[in-house]
Amino acid sequence: MANRIVVDPITRIEGHLRLEVEVKDGKIVDAYSSGTMVRGFELILKGRDPRDAWAFTERACGVCTTVHALASVRTVEDALGITVPPNAELVRNLMFCAQYMQDHVVHFYHLHALDWVDVVSALKADPKKTSEIAQSISNWPKSSPGYFSDLQKRLTAFVESGQLGIFANGYWGHSAYKLPAEVNLIGVAHYLEALEWQKEVVKIHTIFGGKNPHPNYLVGGAACSINIDDANALNAERLAKVGSLLEIAAEFIEKVYIPDLMAVASFYKDWGAIGGGLSNYLAYGDLPTHGYGDPEHFKFPRGVILGRDLSKVHPVDGKNDAEIQEFISRSWYEYGSGDGDGKHPWKGETKLKYTGPKPPYDHLDVDKKYSWLKTPRWKGNAMEVGPLSRMLVAYASGREEVKEVVGAALKQLDVPVTALFSTLGRTAARGLETKLVAGWSKEFYSQLLANIKNGDTRLWAGEKWAPETWPAEAKGVGMTEAPRGALAHWIVIKDRKIENYQLVVPSTWNASPRDPKGQMSAYESALIGTPVANPEVPLELLRTIHSFDPCLACAVHLYDEKGRYLNQVQVL
Amino acid sequence: MSEKALTIWEQAQVRGVSRRDFLRFCGWMAAAAGIETSALGAVVKALDTKPRLPVVWFHFQECTCCSESFIRSSHPIVSDIVLDKISLDYTETLQAAAGKQAEEALHATMTKYKGQYLMLVEGSVPTGEGGIYCCIAGRSAMDILQEAAKDAKAIVAWGSCASNGCIQAANPNPTGATPIHKLVEGKPVINVPGCPPIAEVMAGTVVHLLTFDRIPHLDGLGRPKAFYSRRVHDTCYRRPNYDAGLFVDSFDDENAKRGYCLYKVGCRGPVTYNSCGIIRWNDGVSYPIQSGHGCIGCSEAKFWDNGPFYQHLAAFPGFGIEKTADDIGVAMGAVTAVGIAAHAVTTNFRKRKQIKEGIRDSEKAPGEGKE
Repeated sequence: MANRIVVDPITRIEGHLRLEVEVKDGKIVDAYSSGTMVRGFELILKGRDPRDAWAFTERACGVCTTVHALASVRTVEDALGITVPPNAELVRNLMFCAQYMQDHVVHFYHLHALDWVDVVSALKADPKKTSEIAQSISNWPKSSPGYFSDLQKRLTAFVESGQLGIFANGYWGHSAYKLPAEVNLIGVAHYLEALEWQKEVVKIHTIFGGKNPHPNYLVGGAACSINIDDANALNAERLAKVGSLLEIAAEFIEKVYIPDLMAVASFYKDWGAIGGGLSNYLAYGDLPTHGYGDPEHFKFPRGVILGRDLSKVHPVDGKNDAEIQEFISRSWYEYGSGDGDGKHPWKGETKLKYTGPKPPYDHLDVDKKYSWLKTPRWKGNAMEVGPLSRMLVAYASGREEVKEVVGAALKQLDVPVTALFSTLGRTAARGLETKLVAGWSKEFYSQLLANIKNGDTRLWAGEKWAPETWPAEAKGVGMTEAPRGALAHWIVIKDRKIENYQLVVPSTWNASPRDPKGQMSAYESALIGTPVANPEVPLELLRTIHSFDPCLACAVHLYDEKGRYLNQVQVL
Repeated sequence: MSEKALTIWEQAQVRGVSRRDFLRFCGWMAAAAGIETSALGAVVKALDTKPRLPVVWFHFQECTCCSESFIRSSHPIVSDIVLDKISLDYTETLQAAAGKQAEEALHATMTKYKGQYLMLVEGSVPTGEGGIYCCIAGRSAMDILQEAAKDAKAIVAWGSCASNGCIQAANPNPTGATPIHKLVEGKPVINVPGCPPIAEVMAGTVVHLLTFDRIPHLDGLGRPKAFYSRRVHDTCYRRPNYDAGLFVDSFDDENAKRGYCLYKVGCRGPVTYNSCGIIRWNDGVSYPIQSGHGCIGCSEAKFWDNGPFYQHLAAFPGFGIEKTADDIGVAMGAVTAVGIAAHAVTTNFRKRKQIKEGIRDSEKAPGEGKE
């Protein structure tokens, strides 16, 4: 007899995610993923100035802050035919890289590590042995026996205080924890160090965008100005600060994050055969080196892999209405033409229509509609998006640097290439791409300095800033790769106002409910087969779910072309 | 409080912190909270004797930018806050436990520390359709809020979502998003607006509550005066350019490269109360205006509907902008002497030539406000 487990709230994520799973003979046999919060973004955007859309959509998510702003300015620029200056592309790339480095490290240590690291076990570690292990995997300086001993004393006092705070009621002592006490202590040490480190790397956003979270973007380029002879603009001091922040970021990634990732992974190789889920992977690609209009020269290539066949990469076109479509047959919305339809974002249509149980409830009616997330499909296929998809598409596209880091990691762990299609593969891919991004960010930085040296200080293309220069109607799509995966915005501009705005975000691809054909999306599919030793404490379920780095606030939205709230929209 | 709970000084001792370092720590905690040196003794005593404050942090309709901002705090750093200063017993973003175990941790704190726990809320609460637009553990955000607020010692509404509804409450507010102070009765609610609030403002608010065991002085909108009594415009380092009539006409133009005032490209600094010009962002690195983009007014109620962002506030030239800001100021109990401000403006306008040419006023800093 199957046993229904409900995990709500899923913690150590952004947003509100609920999972209902069936467990039989110690394994998950069925799974339902539900987004339980909605805000109504796209409706709010209707009628507004397209140049403001980045600020609205940026607030879709404060964890992967900036990514929606980037997708949004690109969408508007695509619609209006604006090409940003090379320096603006570089500034955006640097902000993109800073976001990846901060976000992925925070995910690994603060959102994911406690699935693998037993904090309480660290109390039993031998500081001297801990130091030996730490020094054997990295030359990171904070590794003396005294350092670990002091940390352990602090941790002991914390636990003995009886107030466990964020560690209260964790799964400590669970049989699925496999790390030696000393490795757990290293994990705790780096949890705290990473917490302090992450506030530094985001200062790159502060320099270019004025603040973090939610730095400022600008349609047509970047709002900051370059003037190496003025105190009020990007000058040698500001640029040097960016350079030193990139160094600090790269050092931590190379000496702490990657060695920790490999050390932890080496104890959990069995997770290289668990949590694979879907066999299709989608990446829009990003980090232009010849401008956003030239995807062939993105650092992260664009493409689709079907059926785990790494010998072929299929092209992706965001403007083709037969490719990306959204379905709502299992979501709390309704379509005028019938709930079985799929709609391209430019033609989308939605009405909020909650048909779930009245709160408080124990279970969702998973046989009917059960989520505020819509269900996107690419040519009818369910796709996984995220770091693993990016690495696989780059690998299959023959990108040498990617093949090299992926190959080296597989060799170090002594696992086959098929281990990539798993919970562990997803977590490893995130680390590997962070390492690549850290290197690429230095290339972008050097290029920016070279351009300035050569006299190019332009950061903004203002020719089409004034609404009077715009056509009466325009449509655009802007694509990027959020840390959590493929992200795109679609806009329809009419009479210089937003007629229509749609976001299809990574967690919508991954966390959505089933489609009309009954196909599961990535979370649900990956959970099937995940072991659960004790249904009361489903630690293993969290491992697979956290390997996706769920981020729900932006996944849930509504768009309404002819909606019931339309008459309340005030024209600005 | 738990009998075993260590005081903050005891915690510090365990960590090998010397008394001297501890006193220095008390000093900057006091400084962070805007306390005068004469009151330092009270800070030391408070931290000597207090066990860690139980805290529960809720997430409703939000994007988690407030949590992200909080972990950017440089003083105190967040690991010191969560390990040594408070006991963060419930927070969906960071806590180890999930689902049932998370809910048990929450209820254990609410029961054990009835009337003593601090409640932090990130996000607005949707009141439309019986609350079905935000449910956690099968319960509506509204239900959860009411239950937890009942026995909280005080409530802090983090960010614009919880303070004024923020983006989901922007027209047409499809889900009936409502700020916390409109839903809770009989409890002190401290509004800490901003999208998000500055990290050190968030940490400073917690430090204030922890150190002095009392609510900071609030303005008429429930915001701590220490952080929200000044307009961004009045504390902006580009203010002298405004007063001298030196403006950026379009982004990236020659005037932008000289750091002139952004008013004409749509800065909301004149109607926005926040600490961006004083504390600045991310340990003082910059703030929006310093990085060339106007303030979008993210700490003010209804700022999303006060747009478009790139349209300037009032016709230029003229001082209508001053009046608008001061009207808002009066509503908040922060009365500004219009005469003085206007006088200062005209004074600096006369100094336009000097400022443009970069000649420093040898007597006093431009824009100081008095002659």
